[in-house]
Amino acid sequence: MSVKIVNLKVNGVDKAFMARPETTLLLALREQLGLMGAKRGCAQGACGSCTVLLDGAPVVSCLVPAATVDGGDVATVEGLADGRRLSDVQQAFIDGFATQCGFCTPGMIMSAEALLARNPDPTADEVNEAISGNVCRCTGYAPIVSAILDAAQRRRERAEGADQEATL
Amino acid sequence: MTLLHGRGFASVNYPTGMNLGGDPSQALVHATTMGGFVVSLSSVDLGQGLKTVVAQCAAETLGIPMENVIVDTADTDTGPHCMGTFASRGTHRVGNAVIMAAREAREVMLQVAADELEVDAGDLETDGTGYVAVKGAAAKRIHISDIALAAHFKQGKTISGRGIFLKERSYPVPETGEMDPDSCQAHACTVAEVEVDDETGVVTVLRLYNTYEIGRALNPAMVAQQVEGGAWMGVSHAIFESTEPYYPASREHGPVDFSEYLMPGPGESPEQTSVILERPASNGPFGAKGIGEMTANAPIPAIANAIFDACGVRLATMPFTPESVLRGLDALRDAA
Repeated sequence: MSVKIVNLKVNGVDKAFMARPETTLLLALREQLGLMGAKRGCAQGACGSCTVLLDGAPVVSCLVPAATVDGGDVATVEGLADGRRLSDVQQAFIDGFATQCGFCTPGMIMSAEALLARNPDPTADEVNEAISGNVCRCTGYAPIVSAILDAAQRRRERAEGADQEATL
Repeated sequence: MTLLHGRGFASVNYPTGMNLGGDPSQALVHATTMGGFVVSLSSVDLGQGLKTVVAQCAAETLGIPMENVIVDTADTDTGPHCMGTFASRGTHRVGNAVIMAAREAREVMLQVAADELEVDAGDLETDGTGYVAVKGAAAKRIHISDIALAAHFKQGKTISGRGIFLKERSYPVPETGEMDPDSCQAHACTVAEVEVDDETGVVTVLRLYNTYEIGRALNPAMVAQQVEGGAWMGVSHAIFESTEPYYPASREHGPVDFSEYLMPGPGESPEQTSVILERPASNGPFGAKGIGEMTANAPIPAIANAIFDACGVRLATMPFTPESVLRGLDALRDAA
Protein backbone atom coordinates (compact mmCIF):
# COMPACT_ATOMS: atom_id res chain seq x y z
CA MET A 1 0.00 0.00 0.00
CA SER A 2 1.05 3.53 -0.55
CA VAL A 3 -0.30 7.03 -0.01
CA LYS A 4 -3.92 7.26 -1.14
CA ILE A 5 -6.32 10.10 -1.69
CA VAL A 6 -9.29 9.59 0.63
CA ASN A 7 -12.66 11.26 0.07
CA LEU A 8 -14.95 11.65 3.06
CA LYS A 9 -18.10 13.51 3.85
CA VAL A 10 -17.32 15.08 7.22
CA ASN A 11 -20.19 16.75 9.04
CA GLY A 12 -21.96 17.07 5.69
CA VAL A 13 -19.03 18.65 3.84
CA ASP A 14 -16.95 16.86 1.19
CA LYS A 15 -13.32 16.58 2.17
CA ALA A 16 -10.29 15.02 0.49
CA PHE A 17 -6.89 14.34 1.97
CA MET A 18 -3.79 12.19 1.53
CA ALA A 19 -3.52 9.19 3.80
CA ARG A 20 -0.57 6.92 4.40
CA PRO A 21 -1.39 3.30 5.26
CA GLU A 22 -0.89 3.97 8.97
CA THR A 23 -2.93 7.18 9.03
CA THR A 24 -5.89 6.61 11.31
CA LEU A 25 -9.23 8.31 10.87
CA LEU A 26 -8.54 10.10 14.17
CA LEU A 27 -5.19 11.43 12.95
CA ALA A 28 -6.73 12.57 9.65
CA LEU A 29 -9.56 14.38 11.45
CA ARG A 30 -7.26 16.10 13.93
CA GLU A 31 -4.13 16.85 11.95
CA GLN A 32 -5.31 17.10 8.35
CA LEU A 33 -8.85 18.40 8.70
CA GLY A 34 -8.25 20.44 11.86
CA LEU A 35 -11.14 18.90 13.78
CA MET A 36 -9.78 18.60 17.32
CA GLY A 37 -13.02 17.46 19.00
CA ALA A 38 -12.23 13.75 18.90
CA LYS A 39 -9.49 13.16 21.46
CA ARG A 40 -6.50 10.84 21.36
CA GLY A 41 -6.60 9.06 24.71
CA CYS A 42 -5.26 5.51 24.74
CA ALA A 43 -4.80 5.16 20.94
CA GLN A 44 -5.73 1.49 21.22
CA GLY A 45 -9.51 1.51 21.22
CA ALA A 46 -10.00 1.16 24.96
CA CYS A 47 -11.02 4.60 26.21
CA GLY A 48 -13.56 5.84 23.65
CA SER A 49 -12.46 9.48 23.73
CA CYS A 50 -11.94 9.38 19.94
CA THR A 51 -15.49 8.14 19.20
CA VAL A 52 -17.04 9.51 15.99
CA LEU A 53 -19.92 8.27 13.86
CA LEU A 54 -18.98 6.45 10.66
CA ASP A 55 -22.03 6.00 8.41
CA GLY A 56 -24.13 6.55 11.53
CA ALA A 57 -22.41 3.97 13.75
CA PRO A 58 -20.04 4.86 16.60
CA VAL A 59 -16.43 3.85 15.98
CA VAL A 60 -13.19 4.38 17.85
CA SER A 61 -11.49 6.44 15.18
CA CYS A 62 -8.01 5.63 16.53
CA LEU A 63 -8.43 2.06 15.22
CA VAL A 64 -9.84 2.92 11.78
CA PRO A 65 -7.26 3.26 8.99
CA ALA A 66 -8.43 6.29 7.03
CA ALA A 67 -7.67 4.65 3.70
CA THR A 68 -10.20 1.90 4.39
CA VAL A 69 -13.20 4.25 4.72
CA ASP A 70 -12.91 6.13 1.43
CA GLY A 71 -16.35 7.47 0.51
CA GLY A 72 -17.63 7.24 4.08
CA ASP A 73 -19.82 9.67 5.97
CA VAL A 74 -18.27 10.88 9.23
CA ALA A 75 -19.95 12.87 11.99
CA THR A 76 -17.86 14.50 14.74
CA VAL A 77 -18.84 16.57 17.76
CA GLU A 78 -18.08 19.74 15.76
CA GLY A 79 -21.01 19.03 13.46
CA LEU A 80 -23.71 18.70 16.12
CA ALA A 81 -24.52 22.32 16.83
CA ASP A 82 -26.80 24.25 14.50
CA GLY A 83 -24.92 27.52 14.36
CA ARG A 84 -24.75 28.63 17.99
CA ARG A 85 -27.62 26.32 19.00
CA LEU A 86 -26.20 23.25 20.66
CA SER A 87 -27.69 19.80 20.15
CA ASP A 88 -30.01 18.38 22.82
CA VAL A 89 -27.23 16.13 24.07
CA GLN A 90 -24.67 18.93 24.26
CA GLN A 91 -27.11 21.23 26.06
CA ALA A 92 -28.12 18.48 28.49
CA PHE A 93 -24.42 17.84 29.30
CA ILE A 94 -24.02 21.53 30.18
CA ASP A 95 -27.28 21.84 32.11
CA GLY A 96 -26.62 18.63 34.06
CA PHE A 97 -22.92 19.47 34.66
CA ALA A 98 -22.02 16.10 33.12
CA THR A 99 -18.42 17.08 32.57
CA GLN A 100 -15.41 17.88 34.67
CA CYS A 101 -12.05 17.85 32.88
CA GLY A 102 -13.85 17.44 29.56
CA PHE A 103 -11.50 15.03 27.84
CA CYS A 104 -14.06 12.21 27.50
CA THR A 105 -16.95 14.55 26.68
CA PRO A 106 -16.81 14.60 22.85
CA GLY A 107 -16.67 10.79 22.70
CA MET A 108 -19.42 10.45 25.30
CA ILE A 109 -21.64 12.82 23.34
CA MET A 110 -21.10 10.96 20.06
CA SER A 111 -21.90 7.61 21.74
CA ALA A 112 -25.03 9.21 23.17
CA GLU A 113 -26.04 10.61 19.77
CA ALA A 114 -25.68 7.14 18.24
CA LEU A 115 -27.80 5.63 21.00
CA LEU A 116 -30.58 8.20 20.70
CA ALA A 117 -30.64 7.85 16.92
CA ARG A 118 -31.48 4.15 17.20
CA ASN A 119 -33.37 4.26 20.52
CA PRO A 120 -35.15 7.52 21.36
CA ASP A 121 -36.40 6.27 24.74
CA PRO A 122 -33.54 4.35 26.39
CA THR A 123 -33.51 3.01 29.94
CA ALA A 124 -30.66 3.85 32.31
CA ASP A 125 -29.24 0.36 31.70
CA GLU A 126 -29.32 0.93 27.95
CA VAL A 127 -27.46 4.22 28.44
CA ASN A 128 -24.91 2.43 30.64
CA GLU A 129 -24.36 -0.11 27.90
CA ALA A 130 -24.12 2.53 25.16
CA ILE A 131 -21.35 4.42 26.98
CA SER A 132 -19.61 1.34 28.38
CA GLY A 133 -16.83 1.84 25.83
CA ASN A 134 -16.29 5.44 26.94
CA VAL A 135 -14.07 5.92 29.97
CA CYS A 136 -14.59 8.84 32.35
CA ARG A 137 -12.19 9.35 35.25
CA CYS A 138 -13.78 12.42 36.89
CA THR A 139 -17.52 12.22 37.30
CA GLY A 140 -18.32 8.69 38.43
CA TYR A 141 -20.67 8.52 35.39
CA ALA A 142 -23.93 9.33 37.21
CA PRO A 143 -24.32 12.89 35.83
CA ILE A 144 -23.45 11.65 32.33
CA VAL A 145 -26.16 8.97 32.40
CA SER A 146 -28.67 11.52 33.75
CA ALA A 147 -27.77 14.02 31.03
CA ILE A 148 -28.27 11.47 28.25
CA LEU A 149 -31.67 10.47 29.67
CA ASP A 150 -32.52 14.17 29.92
CA ALA A 151 -31.50 14.74 26.29
CA ALA A 152 -33.63 11.80 25.19
CA GLN A 153 -36.65 13.30 26.93
CA ARG A 154 -36.05 16.75 25.41
CA ARG A 155 -35.77 15.21 21.95
CA ARG A 156 -38.96 13.17 22.39
CA GLU A 157 -40.84 16.22 23.62
CA ARG A 158 -39.67 18.22 20.62
CA ALA A 159 -40.69 15.40 18.26
CA GLU A 160 -44.14 15.22 19.87
CA GLY A 161 -44.48 19.00 19.58
CA ALA A 162 -43.61 18.81 15.88
CA ASP A 163 -46.17 16.01 15.37
CA GLN A 164 -48.86 18.10 17.03
CA GLU A 165 -48.00 21.09 14.85
CA ALA A 166 -48.21 18.89 11.76
CA THR A 167 -51.70 17.66 12.66
CA LEU A 168 -53.03 21.17 13.38
CA MET B 1 -26.63 -18.52 47.96
CA THR B 2 -27.50 -15.57 50.16
CA LEU B 3 -27.12 -11.88 49.47
CA LEU B 4 -25.96 -10.32 52.73
CA HIS B 5 -26.57 -6.64 53.34
CA GLY B 6 -24.27 -4.50 55.40
CA ARG B 7 -23.68 -0.89 56.32
CA GLY B 8 -20.48 0.77 57.49
CA PHE B 9 -19.07 4.21 57.91
CA ALA B 10 -15.71 5.93 58.02
CA SER B 11 -14.52 9.45 58.65
CA VAL B 12 -11.52 11.39 57.41
CA ASN B 13 -9.68 14.51 58.49
CA TYR B 14 -7.65 15.78 55.58
CA PRO B 15 -4.95 18.46 55.51
CA THR B 16 -5.07 21.32 53.03
CA GLY B 17 -1.56 21.82 51.65
CA MET B 18 1.77 21.05 53.27
CA ASN B 19 4.66 23.24 54.33
CA LEU B 20 7.52 21.54 52.46
CA GLY B 21 10.46 23.87 53.02
CA GLY B 22 8.04 26.76 52.65
CA ASP B 23 5.16 26.44 50.20
CA PRO B 24 4.41 29.52 48.08
CA SER B 25 2.22 30.32 45.10
CA GLN B 26 2.23 33.60 43.24
CA ALA B 27 -0.25 35.39 41.02
CA LEU B 28 -0.11 38.50 38.87
CA VAL B 29 -3.16 40.40 37.66
CA HIS B 30 -3.20 43.06 34.96
CA ALA B 31 -5.84 44.77 32.88
CA THR B 32 -5.83 44.70 29.09
CA THR B 33 -6.77 47.75 27.03
CA MET B 34 -10.26 46.29 26.59
CA GLY B 35 -11.04 45.91 30.31
CA GLY B 36 -10.21 42.24 30.55
CA PHE B 37 -8.29 41.27 33.67
CA VAL B 38 -5.60 38.67 33.06
CA VAL B 39 -4.65 36.45 35.98
CA SER B 40 -1.19 35.03 35.23
CA LEU B 41 -0.30 31.80 37.02
CA SER B 42 2.04 28.86 36.77
CA SER B 43 -0.58 26.73 38.47
CA VAL B 44 -2.04 24.13 36.17
CA ASP B 45 -5.67 23.23 35.56
CA LEU B 46 -5.47 19.50 34.86
CA GLY B 47 -9.22 19.17 34.89
CA GLN B 48 -9.86 19.85 38.56
CA GLY B 49 -11.39 23.25 37.79
CA LEU B 50 -8.67 25.55 39.12
CA LYS B 51 -9.21 28.11 36.35
CA THR B 52 -12.88 28.40 37.24
CA VAL B 53 -12.24 28.89 40.95
CA VAL B 54 -9.41 31.34 40.31
CA ALA B 55 -11.63 33.37 37.96
CA GLN B 56 -14.31 33.44 40.66
CA CYS B 57 -11.81 34.69 43.28
CA ALA B 58 -10.48 37.38 40.93
CA ALA B 59 -13.93 38.54 39.80
CA GLU B 60 -15.27 38.67 43.35
CA THR B 61 -12.28 40.68 44.61
CA LEU B 62 -12.13 43.05 41.65
CA GLY B 63 -15.90 43.45 41.72
CA ILE B 64 -16.28 42.70 38.01
CA PRO B 65 -18.09 39.97 36.01
CA MET B 66 -16.35 36.61 35.66
CA GLU B 67 -16.54 37.00 31.86
CA ASN B 68 -13.99 39.83 32.16
CA VAL B 69 -11.41 37.59 33.81
CA ILE B 70 -8.90 35.74 31.64
CA VAL B 71 -6.87 33.08 33.45
CA ASP B 72 -3.51 32.48 31.77
CA THR B 73 -1.62 29.38 32.88
CA ALA B 74 0.36 29.16 29.66
CA ASP B 75 3.95 28.75 30.77
CA THR B 76 5.53 27.56 34.01
CA ASP B 77 8.95 28.79 32.80
CA THR B 78 7.93 32.42 32.54
CA GLY B 79 4.87 32.72 34.77
CA PRO B 80 4.83 33.71 38.43
CA HIS B 81 6.01 30.83 40.58
CA CYS B 82 3.75 28.05 41.84
CA MET B 83 4.79 24.89 43.68
CA GLY B 84 2.16 22.89 41.80
CA THR B 85 -1.26 21.37 42.15
CA PHE B 86 -0.92 18.68 44.80
CA ALA B 87 -1.79 18.13 48.47
CA SER B 88 -5.24 19.63 47.78
CA ARG B 89 -3.51 23.02 47.88
CA GLY B 90 -4.61 24.68 44.61
CA THR B 91 -7.76 26.48 45.70
CA HIS B 92 -6.23 27.51 49.04
CA ARG B 93 -2.76 28.69 47.99
CA VAL B 94 -3.52 30.00 44.53
CA GLY B 95 -6.90 31.41 45.56
CA ASN B 96 -5.25 33.43 48.35
CA ALA B 97 -2.51 34.68 46.00
CA VAL B 98 -5.07 35.73 43.39
CA ILE B 99 -7.16 37.58 45.97
CA MET B 100 -4.06 39.48 47.12
CA ALA B 101 -3.11 40.38 43.54
CA ALA B 102 -6.67 41.34 42.65
CA ARG B 103 -6.92 43.62 45.71
CA GLU B 104 -3.85 45.56 44.58
CA ALA B 105 -5.17 45.79 41.01
CA ARG B 106 -8.54 46.91 42.33
CA GLU B 107 -6.89 49.82 44.18
CA VAL B 108 -5.34 51.04 40.93
CA MET B 109 -8.58 50.49 39.01
CA LEU B 110 -10.51 52.59 41.52
CA GLN B 111 -7.87 55.34 41.48
CA VAL B 112 -8.00 55.55 37.68
CA ALA B 113 -11.79 55.65 37.86
CA ALA B 114 -11.63 58.34 40.56
CA ASP B 115 -9.43 60.53 38.37
CA GLU B 116 -11.81 60.10 35.43
CA LEU B 117 -14.90 60.85 37.53
CA GLU B 118 -13.10 63.62 39.49
CA VAL B 119 -14.09 62.12 42.83
CA ASP B 120 -12.23 60.50 45.72
CA ALA B 121 -11.38 56.81 45.21
CA GLY B 122 -12.68 56.07 48.70
CA ASP B 123 -16.16 57.07 47.57
CA LEU B 124 -16.25 54.49 44.78
CA GLU B 125 -17.71 51.01 44.68
CA THR B 126 -17.98 48.24 42.11
CA ASP B 127 -21.40 46.87 41.19
CA GLY B 128 -20.28 43.47 39.87
CA THR B 129 -21.67 44.10 36.39
CA GLY B 130 -18.64 45.99 35.09
CA TYR B 131 -19.24 49.51 36.42
CA VAL B 132 -17.44 51.55 39.06
CA ALA B 133 -19.86 54.07 40.58
CA VAL B 134 -19.95 56.72 43.29
CA LYS B 135 -21.53 55.29 46.43
CA GLY B 136 -25.08 56.56 46.72
CA ALA B 137 -24.98 58.11 43.24
CA ALA B 138 -25.19 55.10 40.91
CA ALA B 139 -25.69 57.33 37.86
CA LYS B 140 -22.19 58.74 38.27
CA ARG B 141 -20.32 55.74 37.01
CA ILE B 142 -17.70 54.50 34.53
CA HIS B 143 -17.35 51.11 32.86
CA ILE B 144 -14.18 49.05 33.33
CA SER B 145 -13.50 49.11 29.59
CA ASP B 146 -13.39 52.92 29.77
CA ILE B 147 -11.26 52.74 32.91
CA ALA B 148 -8.81 50.47 31.10
CA LEU B 149 -8.68 52.76 28.06
CA ALA B 150 -8.10 55.81 30.26
CA ALA B 151 -5.34 54.03 32.20
CA HIS B 152 -3.52 52.91 29.07
CA PHE B 153 -3.90 55.89 26.76
CA LYS B 154 -4.60 58.91 28.95
CA GLN B 155 -3.25 58.48 32.45
CA GLY B 156 -0.32 56.21 31.59
CA LYS B 157 -1.00 53.76 34.40
CA THR B 158 -0.77 50.00 34.63
CA ILE B 159 -3.79 48.48 36.35
CA SER B 160 -2.04 45.55 37.96
CA GLY B 161 -1.47 43.71 41.18
CA ARG B 162 0.93 41.21 42.73
CA GLY B 163 -0.02 38.40 45.05
CA ILE B 164 1.70 35.63 46.92
CA PHE B 165 0.60 33.16 49.53
CA LEU B 166 3.44 31.60 51.48
CA LYS B 167 2.98 28.77 53.91
CA GLU B 168 6.14 29.22 55.93
CA ARG B 169 8.35 26.24 56.51
CA SER B 170 7.89 24.45 59.80
CA TYR B 171 10.27 21.84 61.11
CA PRO B 172 9.27 19.55 63.97
CA VAL B 173 10.39 20.58 67.44
CA PRO B 174 12.88 17.78 68.23
CA GLU B 175 11.74 17.33 71.83
CA THR B 176 8.00 17.20 71.19
CA GLY B 177 7.58 16.48 67.49
CA GLU B 178 5.25 19.46 67.36
CA MET B 179 4.97 21.20 64.00
CA ASP B 180 2.57 23.07 61.77
CA PRO B 181 2.25 20.85 58.73
CA ASP B 182 -0.84 22.18 56.99
CA SER B 183 -3.04 25.24 56.69
CA CYS B 184 -6.39 23.83 57.73
CA GLN B 185 -8.20 20.52 57.68
CA ALA B 186 -11.34 19.42 55.93
CA HIS B 187 -13.53 16.69 57.37
CA ALA B 188 -15.78 14.10 55.85
CA CYS B 189 -17.80 11.02 56.61
CA THR B 190 -19.10 8.36 54.24
CA VAL B 191 -21.70 5.70 54.96
CA ALA B 192 -21.58 2.74 52.56
CA GLU B 193 -24.27 0.15 51.92
CA VAL B 194 -23.06 -3.07 50.34
CA GLU B 195 -24.34 -6.43 49.28
CA VAL B 196 -22.09 -9.50 49.66
CA ASP B 197 -22.83 -12.70 47.77
CA ASP B 198 -21.73 -15.47 50.14
CA GLU B 199 -21.40 -18.00 47.30
CA THR B 200 -19.33 -15.97 44.82
CA GLY B 201 -17.76 -13.50 47.24
CA VAL B 202 -18.72 -10.59 45.00
CA VAL B 203 -19.17 -7.27 46.82
CA THR B 204 -21.58 -4.75 45.28
CA VAL B 205 -21.57 -1.19 46.61
CA LEU B 206 -25.23 -0.15 46.49
CA ARG B 207 -25.24 3.34 47.96
CA LEU B 208 -22.90 5.95 49.40
CA TYR B 209 -23.93 8.80 51.67
CA ASN B 210 -21.27 11.51 51.86
CA THR B 211 -21.01 14.49 54.18
CA TYR B 212 -18.18 16.99 53.67
CA GLU B 213 -17.13 19.95 55.78
CA ILE B 214 -14.81 21.89 53.48
CA GLY B 215 -14.88 25.47 54.65
CA ARG B 216 -16.64 27.65 52.08
CA ALA B 217 -17.71 25.78 48.95
CA LEU B 218 -16.53 28.34 46.38
CA ASN B 219 -18.26 26.44 43.58
CA PRO B 220 -20.87 24.07 45.02
CA ALA B 221 -21.49 22.28 41.71
CA MET B 222 -17.80 21.48 41.31
CA VAL B 223 -17.57 20.45 44.96
CA ALA B 224 -20.45 17.99 44.54
CA GLN B 225 -18.83 16.65 41.37
CA GLN B 226 -15.49 16.18 43.11
CA VAL B 227 -17.10 14.47 46.11
CA GLU B 228 -19.00 11.95 44.00
CA GLY B 229 -16.34 11.46 41.32
CA GLY B 230 -13.74 10.97 44.06
CA ALA B 231 -15.99 8.53 45.91
CA TRP B 232 -16.28 6.58 42.67
CA MET B 233 -12.47 6.38 42.63
CA GLY B 234 -12.65 5.15 46.22
CA VAL B 235 -15.07 2.39 45.20
CA SER B 236 -12.62 1.51 42.47
CA HIS B 237 -9.70 1.26 44.91
CA ALA B 238 -11.86 -0.71 47.34
CA ILE B 239 -13.23 -3.48 45.16
CA PHE B 240 -11.85 -3.30 41.62
CA GLU B 241 -8.32 -2.15 41.05
CA SER B 242 -5.76 -4.89 41.01
CA THR B 243 -3.05 -6.18 38.73
CA GLU B 244 -3.14 -9.54 40.46
CA PRO B 245 -2.57 -12.37 39.84
CA TYR B 246 -0.19 -11.30 37.09
CA TYR B 247 1.84 -8.65 38.84
CA PRO B 248 4.49 -8.65 40.15
CA ALA B 249 5.20 -12.33 39.43
CA SER B 250 4.58 -12.10 35.70
CA ARG B 251 3.65 -9.34 33.33
CA GLU B 252 3.16 -11.57 30.33
CA HIS B 253 -0.60 -11.52 30.83
CA GLY B 254 -3.02 -9.13 32.42
CA PRO B 255 -2.89 -5.39 32.79
CA VAL B 256 0.23 -3.72 31.46
CA ASP B 257 -1.18 -0.21 31.18
CA PHE B 258 -4.00 1.95 32.47
CA SER B 259 -6.46 1.04 29.73
CA GLU B 260 -6.43 -2.60 30.85
CA TYR B 261 -6.72 -1.71 34.51
CA LEU B 262 -10.11 -2.65 35.88
CA MET B 263 -12.22 0.24 37.13
CA PRO B 264 -16.00 0.45 37.58
CA GLY B 265 -18.05 1.45 34.57
CA PRO B 266 -21.31 3.39 34.43
CA GLY B 267 -23.39 0.36 35.42
CA GLU B 268 -21.24 -0.38 38.47
CA SER B 269 -21.40 3.01 40.11
CA PRO B 270 -23.29 3.26 43.40
CA GLU B 271 -26.14 5.65 43.96
CA GLN B 272 -24.80 8.61 45.92
CA THR B 273 -26.23 11.25 48.22
CA SER B 274 -23.95 14.09 49.27
CA VAL B 275 -24.25 16.91 51.75
CA ILE B 276 -21.85 19.85 51.94
CA LEU B 277 -21.35 21.63 55.26
CA GLU B 278 -19.73 25.06 55.20
CA ARG B 279 -17.56 26.18 58.09
CA PRO B 280 -15.21 28.78 56.60
CA ALA B 281 -11.49 28.51 57.43
CA SER B 282 -9.97 31.75 58.68
CA ASN B 283 -6.94 31.48 56.37
CA GLY B 284 -8.73 30.16 53.28
CA PRO B 285 -9.72 32.19 50.23
CA PHE B 286 -13.24 33.31 51.17
CA GLY B 287 -12.96 30.55 53.79
CA ALA B 288 -12.32 27.64 51.40
CA LYS B 289 -10.37 24.52 52.31
CA GLY B 290 -8.98 21.93 49.90
CA ILE B 291 -11.22 19.14 48.66
CA GLY B 292 -9.12 17.48 46.00
CA GLU B 293 -7.60 14.27 47.28
CA MET B 294 -9.71 13.46 50.32
CA THR B 295 -12.77 12.43 48.34
CA ALA B 296 -11.40 8.97 47.54
CA ASN B 297 -10.47 8.20 51.15
CA ALA B 298 -13.54 7.71 53.31
CA PRO B 299 -15.42 5.30 50.99
CA ILE B 300 -12.74 2.61 51.26
CA PRO B 301 -12.82 1.95 55.02
CA ALA B 302 -16.58 2.53 54.96
CA ILE B 303 -16.93 -0.30 52.43
CA ALA B 304 -14.60 -2.52 54.49
CA ASN B 305 -16.75 -1.87 57.55
CA ALA B 306 -19.92 -2.57 55.56
CA ILE B 307 -18.49 -5.92 54.40
CA PHE B 308 -17.73 -6.78 58.04
CA ASP B 309 -21.28 -5.80 58.98
CA ALA B 310 -22.70 -7.91 56.16
CA CYS B 311 -20.77 -11.14 56.62
CA GLY B 312 -18.34 -10.84 59.52
CA VAL B 313 -15.24 -10.86 57.32
CA ARG B 314 -12.69 -8.24 58.31
CA LEU B 315 -10.59 -7.30 55.26
CA ALA B 316 -7.50 -5.14 55.62
CA THR B 317 -5.95 -5.44 52.17
CA MET B 318 -7.34 -3.77 49.06
CA PRO B 319 -8.95 -4.59 46.78
CA PHE B 320 -11.68 -6.53 48.53
CA THR B 321 -11.82 -9.24 45.88
CA PRO B 322 -14.29 -12.15 45.73
CA GLU B 323 -11.39 -14.44 46.61
CA SER B 324 -10.51 -12.53 49.76
CA VAL B 325 -14.17 -12.49 50.86
CA LEU B 326 -14.54 -16.26 50.28
CA ARG B 327 -11.29 -17.02 52.13
CA GLY B 328 -12.56 -14.87 54.99
CA LEU B 329 -15.88 -16.74 55.06
CA ASP B 330 -14.00 -20.07 55.03
CA ALA B 331 -11.88 -18.93 57.97
CA LEU B 332 -15.00 -17.96 59.91
CA ARG B 333 -16.53 -21.42 59.25
CA ASP B 334 -13.30 -23.13 60.29
CA ALA B 335 -13.25 -21.15 63.52
CA ALA B 336 -16.88 -21.93 64.27
